Amino acid sequence: MLKSKTFVKKTRSGGVMKIVREHYLRDDIWCGSEICTECKQESTVLQKDSCIESDLCSSPHYLVPDTNVVLHQIDVLEDPLIRNVIILQTVLQEVRHRSAPVYKRLKDIIHEKEKHFYTFTNEHHRDTFIEREPGESANDRNDRAIRVAVKWYSHHLDTAESDGLKVVLITNDQGNKEKAEESGLLVYKCEDYIKSLLANPELVDRLALTNDETKDISSSKVLFPEHLPLSRIQMGIKGGTFLQGTFRASRDNYLEATVFVQGEGEETTEVILQGLHNLNRAIHQDVVAVQLLPREEWVAPSSVVLLDEREAKDEDDTEEEEKEKMKIIADDAARKPTGKVVAIIKRNWRPFCGMLNSSLIKESTRHLFTPADRRVPRIRIETRQAAALLSQRIMVAIDGWPRHSRYPHGHFVRSLGAAGDKETETEVLLLEHDVPHQDFSQAVLSFLPKMPWSITPEDMAVREDLRALTVCSVDPPGCTDIDDALHCKTLENGNFEVGVHIADVSHFIRPGNALDLEAANRGTTVYLCGRNVIKVILILILFLHTRLAFSSIWEMDDKANIVKTRFTKSVINSKASLTYAEAQLRIDDTNMNDDITNSLRGLNKLAKILKRRRIEKGALTLSSLEVRFHIDSETHDPIDLQTKELMETNSMVEEFMLLANISVAQKIYDEFSECALLRKHPAPPPSNYDILNKAAQSKGLAIHTDSAKALADSLDMAKVDGFPYFNTLLRILATRCMMQAVYFCSGMDSNFHHYGLASPIYTHFTSPIRRYSDIMVHRMLAVSIGADCTYPDLTDKHKQSALCNNLNYRHKMSQYAQRASVAFHTQLFFKSRGIVNEEGFILFVRKNAIIVLIPKFGLEGTVFFDNKDKTGPKLVFDEEGPSLMVEQHIFKIFDKVKVTISLDDSNVQHQKIRMSLVEPEVKPALV
Amino acid sequence: MAGLELLSDQGYRLDGRKATELRKVQARMGVFAQADGSAYIEQGNTKALAVVYGPHEMRGSRNRTLHDRAVINCQYSMATFSTAERKRRPHGDRKSTEMSLHLKQTFEAAVMTQLYPRSQIDIYVKVLQADGGNYSVCVNAATLAIIDAGIPMRDYVCACTVGFVDETPLADLCFAEESGSSLALALLPRGGQIALLQMDAQLHQDHLEALMDAAMTACKGVSKVLDEVVRRHLQEVSVLTGE
Repeated sequence: MLKSKTFVKKTRSGGVMKIVREHYLRDDIWCGSEICTECKQESTVLQKDSCIESDLCSSPHYLVPDTNVVLHQIDVLEDPLIRNVIILQTVLQEVRHRSAPVYKRLKDIIHEKEKHFYTFTNEHHRDTFIEREPGESANDRNDRAIRVAVKWYSHHLDTAESDGLKVVLITNDQGNKEKAEESGLLVYKCEDYIKSLLANPELVDRLALTNDETKDISSSKVLFPEHLPLSRIQMGIKGGTFLQGTFRASRDNYLEATVFVQGEGEETTEVILQGLHNLNRAIHQDVVAVQLLPREEWVAPSSVVLLDEREAKDEDDTEEEEKEKMKIIADDAARKPTGKVVAIIKRNWRPFCGMLNSSLIKESTRHLFTPADRRVPRIRIETRQAAALLSQRIMVAIDGWPRHSRYPHGHFVRSLGAAGDKETETEVLLLEHDVPHQDFSQAVLSFLPKMPWSITPEDMAVREDLRALTVCSVDPPGCTDIDDALHCKTLENGNFEVGVHIADVSHFIRPGNALDLEAANRGTTVYLCGRNVIKVILILILFLHTRLAFSSIWEMDDKANIVKTRFTKSVINSKASLTYAEAQLRIDDTNMNDDITNSLRGLNKLAKILKRRRIEKGALTLSSLEVRFHIDSETHDPIDLQTKELMETNSMVEEFMLLANISVAQKIYDEFSECALLRKHPAPPPSNYDILNKAAQSKGLAIHTDSAKALADSLDMAKVDGFPYFNTLLRILATRCMMQAVYFCSGMDSNFHHYGLASPIYTHFTSPIRRYSDIMVHRMLAVSIGADCTYPDLTDKHKQSALCNNLNYRHKMSQYAQRASVAFHTQLFFKSRGIVNEEGFILFVRKNAIIVLIPKFGLEGTVFFDNKDKTGPKLVFDEEGPSLMVEQHIFKIFDKVKVTISLDDSNVQHQKIRMSLVEPEVKPALV
Repeated sequence: MAGLELLSDQGYRLDGRKATELRKVQARMGVFAQADGSAYIEQGNTKALAVVYGPHEMRGSRNRTLHDRAVINCQYSMATFSTAERKRRPHGDRKSTEMSLHLKQTFEAAVMTQLYPRSQIDIYVKVLQADGGNYSVCVNAATLAIIDAGIPMRDYVCACTVGFVDETPLADLCFAEESGSSLALALLPRGGQIALLQMDAQLHQDHLEALMDAAMTACKGVSKVLDEVVRRHLQEVSVLTGE
C-alpha cells in the first residue's frame, strides 16, 4: 500500500482559520466494474453489459453525472431505468454540502443493489487526485476533477475485454462540456441524453426545467428583486440589518406570510411579509433572510381570506391587482414589524401533491399545477401527458424560481391516482403529512414473534406471576389494540393495591433490529377514519387470556395517598375486557357483586379522589370536539357521524394511566437523569390568551391566565345563564391557546413541567403498541428495575434527543393527517347527505367572514359575506369587539346562527364544506 | 453547512485512510548532542520532540528522593506555534500539567526504575505541531528518546489514540476526528500490558471492547514502526563509529 502525502490547505471564512489536513492518496481504490481485470476488487457493482438504449450512444456505457445534474435531476436518477452510474466522491461531497435531502436520496439510490450505482473515491485515488491551481475557483477545480476521473475511467476500461464500453459524462454546464470535448471525452447534456433514451419517453417529463438565465433575463421583464449573495447576508445578519428565520406562508392569504425569527435565547419574533414583491419567491418552510421595512410602512396582519384563483394569464397586470387587494387601512396599534425577503438561505422544497390546472390551449405543454397545500404557490410544469393527468392527483417537484416568472418552475414526478377516489385521497393525505405508510418489509416482519407463541420458563423466571389477580381491561368499543389493564384489591391493613398492567412490547421489540428501527422512524400510529389504520407496528399480540405485561403497582390508602410504588415485569391473566359502557353498567348495577365489579368500584372511588386532587392542583380540563363516523361496512362510506361521548369510566381509566405515567417518569428520571425520555407541556406565553380574553370580555366575564390553576378556576366560573354551551365553547377556545406538548430528553432541557396536567414531570408509558416513545420508556424502566440490560443508544443523550425530535415531528404530522382525514370524510358525508339546516355558534369573526362551529358535527366552517365578482353586502368590521356588521345585522363572537351546509366541489382539489346563513337572514339593502 | 463526514460509506476517512490504518510515522533518534537522549517524531501532521536527561543525582529538593528506585520527572509543553491560532501560554496550564502527570505514570510503569535508586530521570517533550493524538505521539517520542539515552525499559511503550464513529473504531485520530469520544492507550506490546488508559468521553460499555481491541492492534502497529526506527538508528550509529 502506498501512502503519499500532500497538504490541502483550507480557509474557513468567518474568523479566517487555516486548517491543514493530511490527504493520503491510495493505489488500492478499485473501479468497481465487472469488466476490469486489473483491479483486485472483491465485488463489483457496475455491470458488464450496461444497456440503456439511447440514440446518442449505442454501445454499452456508464454514466458519470456532475454535481448540478445530481442536484437538479435526482428524480430522473431515481428512475429504475437509469442504472450503472458512477458517482464520484467529488460530486457526493458537493451534493452533501448543498442539499441534505438530495444527498439522502442519492445515498438511498447507491444502497439499492438493482440500480448499480458505484461510488468512486476519486479524491483519494493516486491518479485522479488533482490540486487546485492558482487562480482556479473551487467549482472549476471540482469540474476538472470530474473530468480527470472520467478520463481515467475511459482509459482504465479501454481494454480488449471491454467491448467498446464507454464512459459518458453528463453535464449541463456549457463550459464544462466544451472542455471535456477538448480532452476527448464523451459528454452529453442531460436533457439531450434523456431525450435520446428509446425505452422510456415519459422520463422527459421528469426532467427538471433548467433555464439559461442569460437568455431569459433580457427577454422578459423582471418581476422580483434579486436575492443578495450569501456573503452579504452573513454580514447583514451579524450586523443586525437582516434577520434570519423560517418562512411560513399564510394558509388563508397567498400574499401574506410570517417569518419566525429566533432571537436571543427562547424568544421568537414574528415579521410580517405582504405582497408578492416582498415575499420574493420564498416558499413555505424556507429559511430566509428578511430586512425590516421602515416603521411607517408597517402593516397589520390582514384578516382577509384571499386565494390565488386567477387564470394563468400573462403576468402583466399583477402589480396593480395586488395593490388593490392589499389595500388595508390599519390603525397604528395593530401594526407589526413588517419586512421583505432579501435572500433565501436554505430552500426546503419537497415534492408536492396536487393537481394540474386545465390549460386553455389543449396542445400546450406548459401547465400550471396547484398544490394541495395552500401555502405553496402554484407551479409551472412542462408535460405532454396533460390530458391524462388532468383528473389525477400528481406529485411535482420545484426546480427553481427565476426572477422574471410569476410562478416557480417544476417538473412532474409521478401520478398518485384519480382525484376524489378514496384511496388516492388517503395517499395524498399521508404523503402531504410525511407519514411513512409503505408496507412493512420482509426484514421487519421477520422480527415479529412467532405464532403460536407461548410463555417459556425463562420468561417466567424474570417475571412476577400475577395471574391470580382479578385484572380487567376497559376500552372503547371496537378497540383492537388493547394494551392496558387494571386491577384493584383490598389489602389486609385496609389499604388498596392498585395495579396498571401494560402490554410488555419491549420484550418483543429488541433494540437495534429492523423492526425497532422501523418503529422508531414511524414513531406513532396514525388513525384515519374508515378502515385505514396505519400502525406503528402490527404486533398481533392478541389479547390472550394470559399475557406478558409491565406492571406498575401502588399501595394506596383509602384517601388515595400512595404508600408504596413498585414496578415489575409480570404475567397477567385478564378476567374480562369491557367497554366503557359495560364497565359503567357494572358499577351502577347494585346487584352485581363479583370480583371484577368490586375491583372496578374500588378503582372508580380512588380515581375520583385522584381527579379532584389533580384539578385542585390546577390541571386543565379542556374541550375539543371529536367526531366519530359510522362507516358503512360495504362501501366504507360514512353514513352517520357523532361526537364522542365521555363516561365516568373513561376518566377512571385515564386517571390511573396518568398516575402510571407520572410514577414511571419519576422513576426513570431518578435512574437516568441525563437521558430519560420525558414529555413536557410548556406554559403558553400570555399573548396566546388574547383571543380567549376578548371572547370572554364580550360576555362580560374575566379569565385569569396567570397560572394553570387560575385559568382552570376561571373557566369553571365562566357560565352564562341560558347558554349552557358557552362554557364548552370557551374551553374550545382555551384549547387553541395552548402550546404543543413535546417529548424531550432530560439531559437537554431544564424545564420539565407539564402545564396541562399540572405535573412536575410526565412521560408516556401506557400505550407501547401505539407509540414508540412508550417502548423507549419501557426499556428505561426495565433497566432501572434490573429486568433488562442497557444498550449504547439508550444512554446517548444526543441520540435520545434526535429521537425525540423525530417523535415530535411524527406526532404532529399524524395529528394533522388525522384531522385532514376527518375533514375528508366529513365532506363525503355531506356529499351524500346534501343540505342540512343546523344550529351553530360563531367562533371567530373575521373581516369578510365568520367562522361557525356546529356542535352536532364538531364541524367548523367559514361563512363568507363578499362574493368574488358581484359587490357583496356592506361590511363594517370592528377590531375591538371583534364584531362584523353586515348591512344591518351585527355578528359577534358566540352568537347563535343557523346555517345550511353543502359541499362545494367546484374545485376538485379543495372540496370545501360551504356554509351559508339561514338565520339571521342577510340581504343586500335595496338601493 | 453539514458537519464533517468522518467515515464515508466506502470506508474512507477524511484524509483517505481506512478505519484501522495509522498515519505515516517518521522518526529520528539522537537529534541533540548535549542531552543524554533525544528523538523527533512525526505522526502525520503531529510533530513532537522528546529529550531525556539522566539518570542523574537528584536535583532541587532532595526530599523527593526514593531509596529503592529512580524518580521520573516529566514535563509536557506545546510550542506557541503548534496550533492554528498562536497560543499565549505554552506551558503551565492545567492541560499540560495533566499531560505531564500522565506521561510520568506511563513511564514509571515501563522504565526499570529500580536499577537507579536515589536518582532522577528527566523527560521533556514538546509538541511542535498539533494535529490530534498529542499524548500518544509524545509517548512514542519519549520512548525513542529513552532508548537513545540507553535507559533500560521493560518494552517499548507504544501509544495510540482511537475513536469511535458510526459504530466503527478509528485508529490514530487526527484533530478533526478527535472531537467525539476518543480513548488513549499506552501499551507494552510484547506482554500486552497496559501502561496507561485514558478516556474523557462517554462511551457505552458494549463498545469498549471493540475500541480496546482496535487500540491494541494500533499500538502493535506503532511498535513495529518504532522498532524499525531503533534498528535503523543503531545501524547508522554503528557504521559511523566504525564497529
